[in-house]
Amino acid sequence: MPDARTAPWRRLPLTWLGLAPFLIFSLLFLILPTAHIVIGAFQDRSGAFTLQNLRDLNTGTIPSSYWVSIKISVASSALGCLIGFGMAAAVVFGAVPRAIKAPLLTFSGVASNFAGVPLAFAFLATFGPVGLVTLFLRNNFGIVLSRDLGFSILSFWGLTVTYLFFQIPLMILIITPALEGLKREWREAAEVLGASAVQYWRMVALPILFPSLLGTFALLFANAFGAVATAIALTGSALNIVPIQLFAQIRGDVLGNPNLGYAMAFGMIMVTAVANILYIWLRIRAERWLK
Amino acid sequence: MSLWGRITGWIVLLFGLGYFLLPLLGLTEFSLKARRGVYSFDAYAKIIGDPEFQATFAYSITMALVTIVFGVLLVVPTAYWVRLKMPWARPYVEFITLLPLVIPAIVIVFGYIRLYNTSSFLPLTGSIMGTNLLLAFGYTTLALPYMYRAVDTGMRTIDVATLTEASQSLGAGWVTILGRVILPNVVPAVLSGAFLTFAIVIGEFTLAALLNRPAFGPYLARIGANKPYEPFALSVIAFGITWACMGLIQLANRFSKHTKAAQ
Repeated sequence: MPDARTAPWRRLPLTWLGLAPFLIFSLLFLILPTAHIVIGAFQDRSGAFTLQNLRDLNTGTIPSSYWVSIKISVASSALGCLIGFGMAAAVVFGAVPRAIKAPLLTFSGVASNFAGVPLAFAFLATFGPVGLVTLFLRNNFGIVLSRDLGFSILSFWGLTVTYLFFQIPLMILIITPALEGLKREWREAAEVLGASAVQYWRMVALPILFPSLLGTFALLFANAFGAVATAIALTGSALNIVPIQLFAQIRGDVLGNPNLGYAMAFGMIMVTAVANILYIWLRIRAERWLK
Repeated sequence: MSLWGRITGWIVLLFGLGYFLLPLLGLTEFSLKARRGVYSFDAYAKIIGDPEFQATFAYSITMALVTIVFGVLLVVPTAYWVRLKMPWARPYVEFITLLPLVIPAIVIVFGYIRLYNTSSFLPLTGSIMGTNLLLAFGYTTLALPYMYRAVDTGMRTIDVATLTEASQSLGAGWVTILGRVILPNVVPAVLSGAFLTFAIVIGEFTLAALLNRPAFGPYLARIGANKPYEPFALSVIAFGITWACMGLIQLANRFSKHTKAAQ
């Protein structure tokens, strides 16, 4: 290696070489496949540039599938944020014994990873037509979920309720450190100045937490939007949402236009990318306070 | 904390815990109902005896192990090299490793199918072995964010530069340094990344289904449509595996804290 020391121009390429396997791998199995889809979204069948595919996204069942997907993602993220925040706050602010915190966080780690096909079966077994809760309500209270409450596990609310099983734990995992970052001095300072608990929350704590809350909402949104397996195992093709439609398109070109499939995938990337950029940006803002 | 605060806290917490426990209870109860009138393990016995279950389960375990090996071989040298020689590149590398969280898995596999078809420059989907390889690479990609974070955090706790110089002055080459000095020092981090990878791969559905490989996830989804109790028993098993993996991660983390405290 004496040459490398005497010739500094040689060093740079040699250093780069150490990163080469990683760069080649991510190029081949992450960036190029995605780029292929994105480029395909802007091409017609002969390969010429066109915006027609994106325009065609506004035809047939595609707009409604995006709309349903966005609604489910918003509903499950909003409820997930709300319930997760409540649970994390109860533990962090000492409403319940602090010994619960560690097991709750561990459990959240497991549950936030318990998405996919098994989760669908868990909810079918609980809220499905012959599920535990369904039978319990019918036998003991005479309430039939589907008739009296209009609830079906194969519907919009069914999927939302199922997604909450991984949305709430994810919220707990992310928001707990933020809540712990609220300094006791801020609360005491507010109290000394005569603020009520409501005023403290409205004027001090919530403005500080706001970027974290909104950022986590964005992350939860992307999480729900990209979920495929749970939806397919739960509803089959009964519910018209983007991942299910894209799955069918990849399997058998149900749209009858491969480039329209690319455009649909591109739309999915756009939605999750915007949500994630929002998350990262808000997280940087939030960290200013939580050092 | 006021009385009302406490009461609200308990209500929220109990509601949440009920929400988590009820589906697991429902799942377990349903999986035991295969015999009319009494609880039994019939569904479990049936499913474990099913040769297709054994085949798909073995396939997914093999895939998970291969993915872990790929992931370690890819991530450990990269994280090491970035820390040692190119610290300025860390944000960029980290950004790339986080991309699989942004790009939905279904889009990535869509790209694979179109890019690596039989008429492409790398016709991986043309043969079974090639498709298996592609699936393993796909899983490595999905696990990249978790693996890289775990290993990079592990590297932070050791003095990479000093260890490297010490090894070099004793005459070690790069392979020896990585394999016998760096890797043993980040074993807990690698383990927690590995268990998470295992948990992700074992029940993964989208990639395996779209690449048409006989993995556990697609099998579970398929029998869900035509068997009454078995899919629920399988889901209990899948949950048990996820739970075990997370428990092992906790154990690995505790082990790493222990060694840090001892230093």
